Amino acid sequence: MSLLEVKDLYVNVEENEILKGINLEVGNDETHVLMGPNGTGKSTLGYAITGNPNYTVTSGKIMFDGEDITEMSVNERAKKGIFLSFQNPLEVPGVTLSAFIRSALEQKTGKRMRLFEYKKRLSETMKLLSMDESYADRDLNVGFSGGEKKKAEILQMLMLEPKLAILDETDSGLDVDAVKTVSNGIRIYKEQCKGSLLIITHSTRILESLKVDATHVMESGVIVRDGDASLINEINENGFEDIAKV
Amino acid sequence: MKEKSYVEDINRSIYDIKDEEKDAYRIEEGLTKEIVEKLSSEKNDPEWMKEFRLKALETYNKLGVPDWGPSIEGLDMEHIVTYVRPNTKMQGSWDEVPQDIKDTFDRLGIPQAERKSLAGVGAQYDSELVYHNVRDDVAKQGVVYTDMESALTGEYADMVKEHFMKLVTPADHKFAALHGAVWSGGSFVYVPKGVQVEIPLQSYFRLNAKGAGQFEHTLIIVDEGASLHFIEGCSAPKYNVANLHAGCVELFVKKNAKLRYSTIENWSKNMYNLNTKRVIVDEGGTIEWVSGSFGSHVSYLYPMSVLKGDNSKMEFTGVTFAANGQNLDTGAKVVHIGKNTSSYMNTRSISKGGGISTFRSSVVVKKSAKHSKSAVSCQSLMLDSESRSDTIPAMDIRTKDAAIGHEAKIGSISDDAVFYLMSRGMSEEDARALIVSGFADNVSKELPLEYAVEMNNLIRLEMVGTVG
Repeated sequence: MSLLEVKDLYVNVEENEILKGINLEVGNDETHVLMGPNGTGKSTLGYAITGNPNYTVTSGKIMFDGEDITEMSVNERAKKGIFLSFQNPLEVPGVTLSAFIRSALEQKTGKRMRLFEYKKRLSETMKLLSMDESYADRDLNVGFSGGEKKKAEILQMLMLEPKLAILDETDSGLDVDAVKTVSNGIRIYKEQCKGSLLIITHSTRILESLKVDATHVMESGVIVRDGDASLINEINENGFEDIAKV
Repeated sequence: MKEKSYVEDINRSIYDIKDEEKDAYRIEEGLTKEIVEKLSSEKNDPEWMKEFRLKALETYNKLGVPDWGPSIEGLDMEHIVTYVRPNTKMQGSWDEVPQDIKDTFDRLGIPQAERKSLAGVGAQYDSELVYHNVRDDVAKQGVVYTDMESALTGEYADMVKEHFMKLVTPADHKFAALHGAVWSGGSFVYVPKGVQVEIPLQSYFRLNAKGAGQFEHTLIIVDEGASLHFIEGCSAPKYNVANLHAGCVELFVKKNAKLRYSTIENWSKNMYNLNTKRVIVDEGGTIEWVSGSFGSHVSYLYPMSVLKGDNSKMEFTGVTFAANGQNLDTGAKVVHIGKNTSSYMNTRSISKGGGISTFRSSVVVKKSAKHSKSAVSCQSLMLDSESRSDTIPAMDIRTKDAAIGHEAKIGSISDDAVFYLMSRGMSEEDARALIVSGFADNVSKELPLEYAVEMNNLIRLEMVGTVG
């Protein structure tokens, strides 16, 4: 049984149909890459799987861990183990990064965490991501640079240990060092959590240290081509043109 | 709708528990010369105070009710009980406070807060203080913190007489006159020259009696070079008849002194909160107001700062949360008189469920206030389309070399932010409450931790039942 199964999914944003019959299966402990030109619906698919209420499923369904989650609320999906690393993480004053992750963990497990143990784990994880520890006590993403925001997303992923992590252009806008740090974080997630990944990306830098199991190419709201890791190289050489015709 | 009010009632329970009214003395309803005289003799006023009250009553009868703010038609002065004395003398030891009153304050966390983080506490129940205590080390510094009644006849009687209702006179407006006539309870604080009170003093006001008014008077004098943080909190259970709060706060900040005055106000939603607060600041002095207004049915509240001395400063940080059935008209006033004076108002207003929140600011810069600076910033958050939020700024600038700024912003909760928080497992209700708390963090960041927690709890209570 697949971890994630998207079946003939149609999604509207307001009156516009963005996804037009998506079929996608991601198994346990697999890494999938989703590529395609801008504006073809890659992020929309990520939002639809996560359950953003502004993205209306008009037909089809989403199965997760054997359960139909199409009608499930965003937070219930999160508790089942779906995580989205946002392309543009929002700034939320009034809650520190540390307090936010702790409350998310407690929501998920339903248990109070001991502060000392939590702080220790948080600080170790921040070290892995070369994040200055002072960020833990700053308001969530407020005044963070683009790179720190992305690192904070990966930090949340490592702390929450989801079964499926969707990374929406986590590498965009990062310098070379930050890309290395972030992809190191992703590698640790794979090793420690044995979770599955759906990586939406334009570049291959973030994929270098990862074993990719499958690649999908989207155009105009449909997946036009599925392949293995070698498809990435093909796109790198030839671009997206003619890819659907092969 | 039904479910919403149900949830709210349960959650407000710690504030809403009504004690059996076991008051020792309750004056008859309404307001006449006889009632004021009776009240004065019950309180053993000095002669000058009795005359002051009667004169204030005359002023009250001459003045009209304000015609520019929220309606106060529901307030029937013929039926307000102006004086209710609890069944106890004021105690200096918590153990001696009667059990039922003690239980009420225990539920509100008053003595706990004292043990943790306060230099002194006063607790008023209906018209009189039932408990007053100052830490020994603070008292040894010469800091006076006592109830107004004791202050009237005690060592500082002359100082009280010299300052009492000189800054806010009964002629100021109808409810100041009312206050002058029937005031009871409240605190007197004097911080001697050069004394820094490191931890806050607190007064808590609880109005339990149905259909009654609370008219406490707070008089604080911070002498030259001294500093103080004073906190007031207030609450009342909800009744079906109107209750009235017309307190008066007069603050005197002397040369190079500093006073921070923090308020978390959570009156029940049948309360008319017609409160007057004013400070006069001498040369080099600083006043900081921190104000959270959550309760009451109708509020008129605009703390006023008179920056009389050169280089004096004021900062006003406030949040007002108007929910269903509330019309909260709040704001701040400042008058710049001295040279190089500066003022900064930073306020947030939140309205929900048809609540009306109005922010009024008034900045007056006199001709003498050369090189003064003033900035006003007001942000509003409307949680739905049936609520209302207004900003009414007024400015009267009489000198050319003043630097004046004003900005106002209005918005709603971003769906994207709610989605972001929910995508980490948070419920929609929690996510929205968190965003609202974050919006109000200008105030919560300025409060001691216990009060910031209480304030965020109040926001949470208001947000419960807003989803679905």
